[in-house]
Amino acid sequence: MPSEPSQRVEDKLFYNRYLVDSGRAHIKVRPHATPSSQLLAMLKACPARCYDLNDKGHVEITVDGCLECGTCRVICEESGDIKWSYPRGGYGVLFKFG
Amino acid sequence: MIEEKFDAIVVGAGMGGNAAALTMAERGLKVLQLERGEYSGSKNVQGAILYADMLEKLIPDFREDAPLERHLVEQRFWIMDDCSHTGLHYRSDDFNEEKPNRYTIIRAQFDKWFSQKVREAGATVLCETTVTELLQDSHGRVVGVRTDRDGGEIHADVVVLAEGVNGVLGTGAGLRGRLKPDKVALAVKEMHFLSRETIDARFSLKGDEGLVIEAAGTISRGMTGMGFIYSNKECISLGIGCLVADFQRTGETPYGLLEAFKRHPSVAPLIEGSEVKEYSAHLIPEGGYKAIPQLCGEGWVVVGDAAQLNNAIHREGSNLAMTSGRIAAEAICLIKSRNDPMTAKNLSLYKKMLNDSFVIKDLKKYKDMPALLHTHSQNFFLTYPQLFSKAMQDYLRVDGTPKLEKEKLMLSSFIKARSWSGLFSDALRIARAWR
Repeated sequence: MPSEPSQRVEDKLFYNRYLVDSGRAHIKVRPHATPSSQLLAMLKACPARCYDLNDKGHVEITVDGCLECGTCRVICEESGDIKWSYPRGGYGVLFKFG
Repeated sequence: MIEEKFDAIVVGAGMGGNAAALTMAERGLKVLQLERGEYSGSKNVQGAILYADMLEKLIPDFREDAPLERHLVEQRFWIMDDCSHTGLHYRSDDFNEEKPNRYTIIRAQFDKWFSQKVREAGATVLCETTVTELLQDSHGRVVGVRTDRDGGEIHADVVVLAEGVNGVLGTGAGLRGRLKPDKVALAVKEMHFLSRETIDARFSLKGDEGLVIEAAGTISRGMTGMGFIYSNKECISLGIGCLVADFQRTGETPYGLLEAFKRHPSVAPLIEGSEVKEYSAHLIPEGGYKAIPQLCGEGWVVVGDAAQLNNAIHREGSNLAMTSGRIAAEAICLIKSRNDPMTAKNLSLYKKMLNDSFVIKDLKKYKDMPALLHTHSQNFFLTYPQLFSKAMQDYLRVDGTPKLEKEKLMLSSFIKARSWSGLFSDALRIARAWR
């Protein structure tokens, strides 16, 4: 079976409702010279594809589409690569069905 | 700071938190429940199947007004390779009973209803409030919580941590260890809408009858994982989950797996023409009995997913959450009725009561199962399904090969892939872990 998604994650996130807390990212990536293997794993493992590689080779996060699952916390928090918390009350993803 | 002091603060309004808050409020305790979502359910993700027995213990007449989808009359287990599935189906008209045992539900709607019951019982439910920290006194005793609202310190005799699988507060306060990638699965899910008639026709259902398909095999590409398809009234919940450690190791993407599962020739016709209305993701505790952390301490108890109470073999979680929430609440009410303090020693009553319940007994039964499946995932989720599918096809295809020769070929394909000793030890390992 082909492993490429036939539909982009961005299109999937479009189904969802979010209340974005502008300027207050609830997950932050620690500045780094070269990304750790844990951070690099998030490029694939994050179900909302929030993690991306910038042109300097650093891993960045955009939390707007975050599904608040905690996968990156499980993989990256222990190594100190990210700071993770839930969004402020009322913000973030708003599931209609869940 | 809120000057008012509560008998109990419940953090989280999922199954465990709602069960705990309802039980304590009904028995006259002054309860404050805090939920970060805009309402109970707006952050909660599950397949979802509701087990009636555990809810009946809390709300005996729930069938009168709870938002239930369909009652289950059929269960299908599929072993899949890339283009086939071998199924074990069980369907019984006995499940069309006056008080059905299992229902599909939609959590955001169900939890909203559950939360209304909690309010009616007299608890104060404060939504859109994220608890940021546990308040501890100089002896490390939990005395309340801090929230992200202005002046958000609130005090209580006991805090019920029903904070869900991530358990940020408990790990933050050092009450339990961090979640490990090999002890937790990531599942992604989509809600596929179709007309009621279409769902009825595709799954041979009538009225409010419902059906569940659980699938394992090459869909998880050698990782420890499962796919699922649940029929609701006018939509299908479809998803797939695998261990986080496996995603980390293989570089597979959760949405890539989901798309491939949807395209599988056994699945695609079931959702053809559907309108997707939501995409969600959630972690599921998979460590079983051996991953259960400390369940109570000075001024606190932990219930549900936060306590890793999930039976991965039977895919039961919400009922363990509901039951642990109820039992924790009952223990707290007993301690309170004796005017005793909420010490670790007194609260260990919760642990004792939980040990006597099906929750711990079931998890104990399968205590060796997670390690077995996680360390031999290639065999159980890739090699065997492929062998099995091939054997079934060879068996059914009529091509002039004598049957005896076919059987010999089948057996030799198993031996070639796993060797006699491998087959024997796999069988023994499963039998031992199942016992």
